[in-house]
Amino acid sequence: MAAQIFSAIFVIIIGVGGCVAYFWGANKLLDAVFPSRGVSGATAVDNLRRQGLVRPWLFVGPAMIILTIYLIYPVVETLRLSFLDRGGANFVGLANYEWAFGDHDFRNSILNNVLWLAVVPAACTFLGLIIAVLTDKIWWGTIAKSLIFLPLAISFVGASVIWKFIYEYRGEGQVQIGLLNAIIQHFGGQPQVWISLPFWNNFFLMVILIWIQTGFAMVILSSALRGIPEETLEAAVIDGANPFQIFWKIMVPQIWGTIAVVWTTITILVLKVFDIVLTMTNGQWNSQVLANLMFDWMFRGGGDFGRGATIAIIIMIAVIPIMVWNIRQANKETGGH
Amino acid sequence: MTAKSGKSFAGRFGVHIAVLVFVVIWTIPTLGILVSSLRDKDQIIASGWWNSFASSSQTEAGRLPAASAQAQKDGKYVIEGNIFGDGAKRNVNAFGVKSSAPTQYPAGTAADLGDGVTLQMNADGSFALSSSKAFEGDRGQRVYYASSAPPKFTTENYKTVLFSEGIGRSFMNSLTVTIPSTVIPILIAAFAAYALAWMRFPGRALLIAVIIGLLVVPLQMSLIPLLKLYNGVGSFFGVPSKTYLGIWLAHTGFGLPFAIYLLRSYIAGLPREIMESARIDGASDFEIFVRIVLPLSFPVLASFAIFQFLWVWNDLLVAMVFLGTEADQIVLTAKLNALLGSRGGDWEILTTSAFVTIIVPLIVFFSLQRYFVRGLLAGSVKGG
Repeated sequence: MAAQIFSAIFVIIIGVGGCVAYFWGANKLLDAVFPSRGVSGATAVDNLRRQGLVRPWLFVGPAMIILTIYLIYPVVETLRLSFLDRGGANFVGLANYEWAFGDHDFRNSILNNVLWLAVVPAACTFLGLIIAVLTDKIWWGTIAKSLIFLPLAISFVGASVIWKFIYEYRGEGQVQIGLLNAIIQHFGGQPQVWISLPFWNNFFLMVILIWIQTGFAMVILSSALRGIPEETLEAAVIDGANPFQIFWKIMVPQIWGTIAVVWTTITILVLKVFDIVLTMTNGQWNSQVLANLMFDWMFRGGGDFGRGATIAIIIMIAVIPIMVWNIRQANKETGGH
Repeated sequence: MTAKSGKSFAGRFGVHIAVLVFVVIWTIPTLGILVSSLRDKDQIIASGWWNSFASSSQTEAGRLPAASAQAQKDGKYVIEGNIFGDGAKRNVNAFGVKSSAPTQYPAGTAADLGDGVTLQMNADGSFALSSSKAFEGDRGQRVYYASSAPPKFTTENYKTVLFSEGIGRSFMNSLTVTIPSTVIPILIAAFAAYALAWMRFPGRALLIAVIIGLLVVPLQMSLIPLLKLYNGVGSFFGVPSKTYLGIWLAHTGFGLPFAIYLLRSYIAGLPREIMESARIDGASDFEIFVRIVLPLSFPVLASFAIFQFLWVWNDLLVAMVFLGTEADQIVLTAKLNALLGSRGGDWEILTTSAFVTIIVPLIVFFSLQRYFVRGLLAGSVKGG
């Protein structure tokens, strides 16, 4: 363990030192190869221009290399692998895709993912908006917001343990130590094994993600609400609008852009949701989702890379519209800056 | 905002109640594992954690010592002892000798069992069974008793998980993964962000578009090719394919698009005049970056560092693919996931381990919330 700590410290020094050395050294080298001082005026101007051509690439170079290895190449390679067999040796055409759409687990995953997509972003945005509006009106709003925001710092695995404890089931007649079943029993209901109820268990898993992400929606929306011009609200009050009309007709329309951003951010997160399903049910009782199914195929029986890659591609296809929209938005905003 | 609604007392009161309900719902789950992690492990299964401040009571069955333990006292045959033996002492409330009426007699009274046999059991668990005739047989008298224990809180669970369940070691592993994975991307991203914000070169707009595109590429797209690549590199050089170096680089790669995006939008917003006056003074891009841009960008660097730290610390997927599951490599999240499988019902282990895994993010979060929120706003409002 001492060796491990030592190597971690060593790597930080090497990593940071290496970065500094690279940027400093490359910069020095460039100055030496194309000197701009101590040479004649014309050469100096020429060399300065050459420096200006090369230097940006020295700056973005390391980032580009890492991005290429870790993101760009894998995207292309995953696409290629999805047309190959389990070992990645033989071309099988669309066989993996045909398999996917005939597979029970895959169809179940698609169905569940659609459910997640329909419920989680909407619930987070809606709850986040309500809480943002309410907490703005009270003196202890900041403390309340901090507490609701807090689950965002908790890992999905930690959150799963927290909620598994809430859903814990003990046989009927025994003391229920899970909060949910204790409440149900207190009011005379039947305790249930919540996470193994097909179909409904999806919602019990979604609650975990909603619990985590509502804080995110709340913070972003709260800051957007602060940006609403006071005059529009005052005008509405003078015109005799009631609080609900002010909320739906004055505030919400002015923050549509932000609502869309929150919604899409959570949508992407939902498409990638993996940890919660893995730790709560591992896809049993019809609760499978694409990301977990993909992980499963990566390692099942030594790993079927063809099928795993195919599932990854399908997740990617769902993300592409959001990606295009994002790039468009960014281009509009920077306006070629 | 404060002026417009809830002018009535009822309206304002309603807002307070509504927020309170939300806060309670959002905090109760975490409070549950915190309280449970500090409880005695027998009490966790005996009562819900919300009852942990009340004494827990239970009814048990026991057997008194056999006839061989009897002694003669004042002309009677007596068997004495304590029902709890040498174990943990609880408070006896009532006792009985029939399973149909296990709490027939209050503690401290003498029960007449017939045939001149009496049994007295006291609150501290001591009992005296006396008879005018000698006891016979090698099976003692069956007794039932209801007892209660005062709430008991302990740090024993923490000792257990940290030192015997391997959580302590995993904690070190998580730190080993997280710190370099947080530090390395910062410099690389900062240089790239500066170039993309303030230097003119062909292809810049395309690069920015690519980075914004990469922001949303699911991690799942990278896993299989990288796993193959790592296995290939490992077998080519004859080194293990699951190493800390591998995961440091992987996290660096996955964190870079967000890092560059976040830093670029901040650095692009720095005042142009500062840059230009430095340039007129003869400073090169490198000098401008090191002397002006880096110091001014401290808040956004801190935002990114917090994000990346939380992201890497909380990550399960990347760790499961690129690190092994042995004690020397397994990180906290993966260990907790493994414990969920192997120690499924042992809530004293699970709640305590879960709390150990979330304590570091919670501390980081509470102490640096300002930077965290700033990063969140910059990172998502402008497009991501």
